[in-house]
This record gives sequence, C-alpha cells and structure tokens, in this order.
Amino acid sequence: MTTKLLIGLDGQSSGDRALAFAENLAKLIGTAELLVVYVIEWSPYSFQTPEENAERHKRREEEISTAMERVVTPALARLEASGIKAQGMVRHGNVADSLDSIAAKQNASQIIVGRSTETGLSKRIFGSSTANLVMGANVPVTVVN
Amino acid sequence: MNIMQKTALTLAVFSATAAPALAQEPGSLDARVNEAFAAFTGPFVNLIFAPFPGTSFPWIVMWLVVAATVFTLYFGFVQFRFFSHAIALVKGDYSDPNDAGEVSHFQALATALSGTVGLGNIAGVAVAVGIGGPGATFWMILAGLLGMASKFTECTLGVKYRNEYPDGTVSGGPMYYISKGFSELGLPGGKFLAVLFSIFCILGAFGGGNMFQANQAHAQLAGIIGDYPGWITGVIFAAIVFAVIVGGIKSIANVTEKIVPFMGILYVGAALIILVVNYDKIGWAFGQIFEGAFSGLGVAGGLVGALIQGFKRAAFSNEAGVGSAAIAHSAVRTKEPITEGFVSLLEPLIDTVVICTMTALVITISQQLIVDPDTGRFVLNEAGTAIATVDGNTGVALTSAAFASGISWFPYVLAVAVILFAFSTMISWSYYGLKAWTYLFGEGKTSELTFKLIFCVFIVIGAAASLGPVIDFSDAAIFAMAVVNIFALYFLMRIVRAELNSYASRLKSGVITKFN
Repeated sequence: MTTKLLIGLDGQSSGDRALAFAENLAKLIGTAELLVVYVIEWSPYSFQTPEENAERHKRREEEISTAMERVVTPALARLEASGIKAQGMVRHGNVADSLDSIAAKQNASQIIVGRSTETGLSKRIFGSSTANLVMGANVPVTVVN
Repeated sequence: MNIMQKTALTLAVFSATAAPALAQEPGSLDARVNEAFAAFTGPFVNLIFAPFPGTSFPWIVMWLVVAATVFTLYFGFVQFRFFSHAIALVKGDYSDPNDAGEVSHFQALATALSGTVGLGNIAGVAVAVGIGGPGATFWMILAGLLGMASKFTECTLGVKYRNEYPDGTVSGGPMYYISKGFSELGLPGGKFLAVLFSIFCILGAFGGGNMFQANQAHAQLAGIIGDYPGWITGVIFAAIVFAVIVGGIKSIANVTEKIVPFMGILYVGAALIILVVNYDKIGWAFGQIFEGAFSGLGVAGGLVGALIQGFKRAAFSNEAGVGSAAIAHSAVRTKEPITEGFVSLLEPLIDTVVICTMTALVITISQQLIVDPDTGRFVLNEAGTAIATVDGNTGVALTSAAFASGISWFPYVLAVAVILFAFSTMISWSYYGLKAWTYLFGEGKTSELTFKLIFCVFIVIGAAASLGPVIDFSDAAIFAMAVVNIFALYFLMRIVRAELNSYASRLKSGVITKFN
C-alpha cells in the first residue's frame, strides 16, 4: 500500500520548505504518493457587488489557473524530477477545513504544511490557518519551520 | 429634551408631503432643475398612479397585490411550504463542495438584499405610517408575505433563462426570461415586452435606484452640516460612484458592501433594544396596527388610505414583482434554477416583514404621531394630508426622531446608515440599469460608458431636485417595470410550476440530498 502525504502550499517560502521536507520524507518511505494542494481562501458568506457576482465564475477559473500555474505545477515538476509520484489540486474555501477534508477524502496519512506567514489583526482574532489546522485536523499534521 | 436629542431631531429635516424639502431660492440652479424635472415627468407619473375611476385607489397598487396573491395561490403557498428548505439552501446544506468559489446562495441573497434594504425601510415606512397610520403596517406585512411568491417566480425565471457567455460571465433578468420564455412557449410579443421592460428598468435605475437615493443622502448631509445647495452633494456622490462603476475602483464598493450588512444588523438591533425597553407597549402597538388596519383610526383616507400606503411602501421597499431582484439573483451557481427562487423568497421577508415592521413599531411606540386624547384618533396636519407629528417630522426625520426617543445618539448612526444604504443601492441599480441598457444597445465599452455617465448625471439632478417630484418619478418608474414584468409572469408561471413540481418530487424521493 502506498502512503499518501498531503502537502498544503501557500505560495510562500515556508511552503517551499514544507515541499522540501515532504520530498525527503517521500524518498525515505519509498512508496509514498504526494498530494499537492493549494487552497484559495474563500467564504460562501462574504458580500459582493452584483457585478462581482456576474463575473465570479470567470474569476474563479482565473484564480484556479493562476494558482495551478504559479504554485502547484512547479511543485509537481520538482517532485516528478525526483521521481516521486504526485498530483496537484486547487480548491476554494477555508484553508484549515479544506486541507482536513481533502485529507480525509483522499485517505492521506498526514498533512504537511509550512509555518503560517499570516500577520496582523485577523491572526490575533481568528488564529492562523496553520494553528487552526493543527487544532482541528483528523490526521497528524507536520508543521515545517 | 437634552441638547443631544434636540440636535438629533434637527438632523435630516425634510418633508415628504410638503415638497420643498430644503429651502430653494426661486431662480436658483436647484429650483430650475426641480421645475424642469417635475414638468417633464408629470404625465408619466399620472398615468402610473391613475386611480380606478370614482375612487382614490391607484390601479398599480391593485396590480401588484393581485399578482402576489395569484402567485401565492398558484404555487400553493410556496413561501410557507418551502421556507425551511430556503433556509437550508442559504446555509449551504445543498451546495456541492466542488462548486466552492462560485457565487453561493447566500451571496446572491445578500447582494440582492443590499439593493433593496435601504431608504425604503427607513424613509418609506415613515411616510407610510405618517400618512396611513400604524394600520399601514398591517397591510405592509401582508404585502410582504404575499410578495414572497412574486419574488420566487421572477428569480427562478431569472436563473433559468440567463445568458451564459463563453468567458464565464452571466447576464440575467426579466428582459432575458421574457424574450426567451415567450419564444419557448410560442407566444408573440416577447421581444417587444423585453424592450419595454428594459426601458422602464433604465428609468427605474435613474429614479428609485439613483435620484431618490441621492436626494435623501443630501437631506441627511444637509441636516448635519447645515443647508447648502443639493448639486454639491450630487457632484461629490457622482464622483464617487463614477470612480466605482467607471474607474473600477472596487475597494470603495467592497468597503460599502461590508459595512451595509453591518449597518442593517445595527439598525435592527437598535430597534430591538427600543422594543425590549418598551416591552409593555408592544402589545398596545400591535393593537394600534390591527385596529388601524381596519378602521383607519381617523387617518387621511381612512382604511383605504392605510391600505394604499402599506401596499405601496412594501412594493417600493422589497421590489417584489418589479423584476430587479431577478437581475441580481441570476448570477448564482446552481443546476436547479428553482433553488434560487426559494432563496429569493426570503428577501421580502427580511426586508419588509422584519426590517420595515421594526421601523413601524419603533415609530408607533415612540408616540411621535399625535393622538387626540379625547377621541383616541389621530390628529391630522393642517393640510389634512398626513398625521400631525411631534415637531412636524416626516420621512427619515420621523424615523430618526422615533429612534432618538429611545437612544439619543442613534440619529447620527442612522445618518451614516442612510448615506451608505443610498450608496449601495445606487451601485446595485447602476448594474440593473446597465444590464437593461446593454440588452437594448448591445454590450460594448462605448455603450456601457454612455450609460454610466448618464447615471452619474442623474445623481446630480436627484440631489438638486426637491423630494416631491423625485419620489413620484422614482415610484412611477419602478412600478412601470412591474407592469411589464408581472404581465409576462402570468404567461411564464407555468414554466415555474413545472420546475417546482419536478424539484419537489425529486426532493421527496431523495434524489436531491444534502451534501453535509
């Protein structure tokens, strides 16, 4: 049986370190498969203008293709170069909830993320995505510094 | 009365019935704008508000109420049967997680609400209660409950017949469902009605969606800063709206879109606080509402006066049957158009049955309306057109005074809320008008820019003109949309019923299930 590892990227340098860590881990395990996920923070309960609503579908497609192109595809290329089996995925939603639910659905044995790069007020009030993930995840979470 | 209260009461001084809201020098720019505007729009206004021969009952009010009743019966009280399902849809229980990132039911509802919740709930209700007495509230609630079925019908069609373009954007609304729906049913005249609707929609966007808002925002500002020419407010507002809709400066719109719901919650919260503090009077206030609904309690026009005011303000506030919401709701991502119909029926409930009723209760409880202590009936003002109020307030000023009697500083919050509501309603209607405009003249940069520029010009006119002609034209233009829209809905409602039956049976058999 292959071990599935889910790696959450955020397009930041901490994500790159998490990727490097996952790459090493996968090499050590040997039969591991990596699932590279980029979650675009989004809430179905936000407020938008009528014009934004009308263009939402188009924007969503653009957001997904940009994330694929800039973050996920380069990561997949790097893993492939090291001979690791990997697939990529871009989703909208709450970062912590989405990573956890994808991990559950894909039977991933652990989630690997970089340390949070969020700062400011929202982090103080709502906590960082990483902290929320560590607190609420149903599988082990590795946070890479 | 302390100084705070006095200042509060002088805020937003304008009169809804005695037209010259703000002193206008004869021959001044404001006065000339006003005169020309009143003369130009008079015939159109008279036609829309023509009473039934021999009565004072405007036919348009009957038109809206009859339609709402027909839809309620035709769909078997859909607003009650599918009420809890509508809530579940808004919560996202039936949303496919793979569609995350698309427009959710909640977002479509919130966007449509920010276009309707606004001055109608604050100024409009005060006008209704000021003229029709507390009894107008009863008819307003009834119209709101019935209007839920009208909204359901038009929003289902709005999603079903929207245009989806290859680039992923969507355009929807009555002009699309009228033309496509009629041709699908093999009925003639669809294109003609769609064009007619679009013309009225553009007028409605300039009227209720723009000039009325600019006018009231100016009244608020003039109340705080002191009187000054309306065109100055107009130019400032026009510049900000221009920056958003032409300049694409989304940040302003985004800020407003976030503050407006907060303001709405704050408004309802303040009303609730006043009601809780005066809990012993709530029973009495409802008594006044019921008694007034059937006896009129001596208001101008008696029972019929209360009824007309209640129905009219409800329609103007929640826009059920007008067709504007169908444009706003059509952007939602769903495979089942009818789900957006269910969600949209919450709109008149929130707008009219909850928020408008709050305003009416606060006005009634604050006892701003003067009652003759001997007879228990209302005292009319000198002209005999409305109920006399403490300090002679009407419109926003009446609501403001009513809230000030409970929370002395609230009028300041209200003033900010009115200006923000006015702004968000303008942004929404600039979009509705634009969709009608592009339906007529085609989509393209020049065509869109032309509309947006005219829209900004009307902001200046609206702020400069006095309330009387502006409110008449605003009402008339919006109700003219309802004439065409409802006429078409009578033909198209069987399509909605087929959708409803199919969906209801699949829901029952478990084909449609919750995702989580």
